Amino acid sequence: MFSYCADPDTLGTFRWFSCYLTNGVHMSFYLSFIKVLALLAITAPVALAFGFAGAMSARSHVLPVSWLGKGYIAIVRGVPDIAFFLFFVIALDQAFEWTRHQILCPDWTDPIRQGNDFLVCSQAKLPLGTSPEWVHQTYGFFLAVVTFAIVFGAFAGNVLFGGMRAVPHAQLETAEAYGMSRRQTFWRILVPQMWVYALPGLSNLWMVLIKATPLLFLLGVEDIVYWARELGGTKTSKFTAYPHGDWRMWYFLFLLVFYLAFTRVSEIALERLMQKLSHGQATTGGEAQRKEAVA
Amino acid sequence: MKKLILTTAALALSAGMAMADTVRMGTEGAYPPYNFINDAGEIDGFERELGDEMCKRAGLTCEWVKNDWDSIIPNLVSGNYDTIIAGMSITDERDEVIDFTQNYQPPAASAYVAAAEGVDVTGGVVAAQTATIQAGHVAESGATLVEFATPEETIAAVRNGEADAVLADRDYLAPLVEESNGELIFIGDPVPLGGGVGMGLRESDGELRGKFDAAITSMKEDGSLNELLIKWFGEDTRTY
Repeated sequence: MFSYCADPDTLGTFRWFSCYLTNGVHMSFYLSFIKVLALLAITAPVALAFGFAGAMSARSHVLPVSWLGKGYIAIVRGVPDIAFFLFFVIALDQAFEWTRHQILCPDWTDPIRQGNDFLVCSQAKLPLGTSPEWVHQTYGFFLAVVTFAIVFGAFAGNVLFGGMRAVPHAQLETAEAYGMSRRQTFWRILVPQMWVYALPGLSNLWMVLIKATPLLFLLGVEDIVYWARELGGTKTSKFTAYPHGDWRMWYFLFLLVFYLAFTRVSEIALERLMQKLSHGQATTGGEAQRKEAVA
Repeated sequence: MKKLILTTAALALSAGMAMADTVRMGTEGAYPPYNFINDAGEIDGFERELGDEMCKRAGLTCEWVKNDWDSIIPNLVSGNYDTIIAGMSITDERDEVIDFTQNYQPPAASAYVAAAEGVDVTGGVVAAQTATIQAGHVAESGATLVEFATPEETIAAVRNGEADAVLADRDYLAPLVEESNGELIFIGDPVPLGGGVGMGLRESDGELRGKFDAAITSMKEDGSLNELLIKWFGEDTRTY
């Protein structure tokens, strides 16, 4: 990075660290923070959408649709995350490849499963074997988003389902008395009011999601915890220009500060959102706001 | 003009398609001198150099992929990459699931490292990386085995007293012992384990295995493999 970094052994402490912290591996470390934040930014709304769809179908009066929604919520919530991440991702990837294989290579005669091996024709590979590494990385990232969204969507679905049921029944009856259809009642009365009941549960989920990102490495996405472990490990002078002992503690301390700061910022943001949602609601929070405004 | 550009683009694309498939090489990136991440953030080490040379000789385009040791075999058989080149010793158990090329490093000794002299390596607590031949050996030796996901953690366990000793490849341990200022020492005699280090491939990939086998043979014959071994493992290492 800097011109004086050519021979780190001769540098003073400050300059040594300025070189050490800006070398190529550390850039990958910093990049992984962006990766994790991007994952959260994309996963949260997608998971919420999954949850919303799950809760909506669980409430449905059409029995099979309701079973589907309830089944999704119950099954995914019941399976341990780590099992889901190990099994589901490989299964999802193989399902994609299997489908492409059926479409793209109808003449293929060899079996797809040969013993332990899973074999599809090279045109059906996802991503193609010839694609550059960033395509593979992006595909892994995409799989991660889908998996996180399905897992957290099930939890969000349960929270939203509860939120929908918590809206006072009188509100819905009033809407019907005004002649609103079921659809209108749902979108105009129920949905705007349920968020305030669902938010505490959703904010919990958000916090859990932040801390679940190290599961990413199971999917081959190099996250911040992977890099902290890798960079903090003992380095001997034979293989690096910056030998050091076991510094994992310092790297993990840095991660601790990062996670704490991030949860604190989230808490403040969620608190504001709660204030906003409580406005004009028939809840204790909304009532307190109303009294304050009157006084 | 626009059409011309489109045609060239299509040509370039189809040319890319016709090109030989890229071979994806899976490695751990945490086991120097076999494979590790260098200061620039790239995969480096004995196997990086060896792998690049083998690909050149076999006329293949190769791309390097990092994967956790724990899931390195499942990801190979499900086709996320095509080879494992990660200091993996050839054993019968692994050979049932995947195939190996001939070895590219002769069976090298494993060794015990401890923080003090006089540790009982057959009765005490010994650390090893999960799913390695060393872990298997410790379990059979009568010592209490503690397993860790990464080699780094096995060393840390000895330093902080969680384990009495660690069993790993001598080549991995040697630089660590050298630079520990006497905190870590080799104890007992080296233990010969495994059938040498080879490259792992899917059992259905016989053709690719043949190509790499031929490349290893040619490197053994012209002595370039020995040069690499000496460069990365020192003068005392076993060569062909």
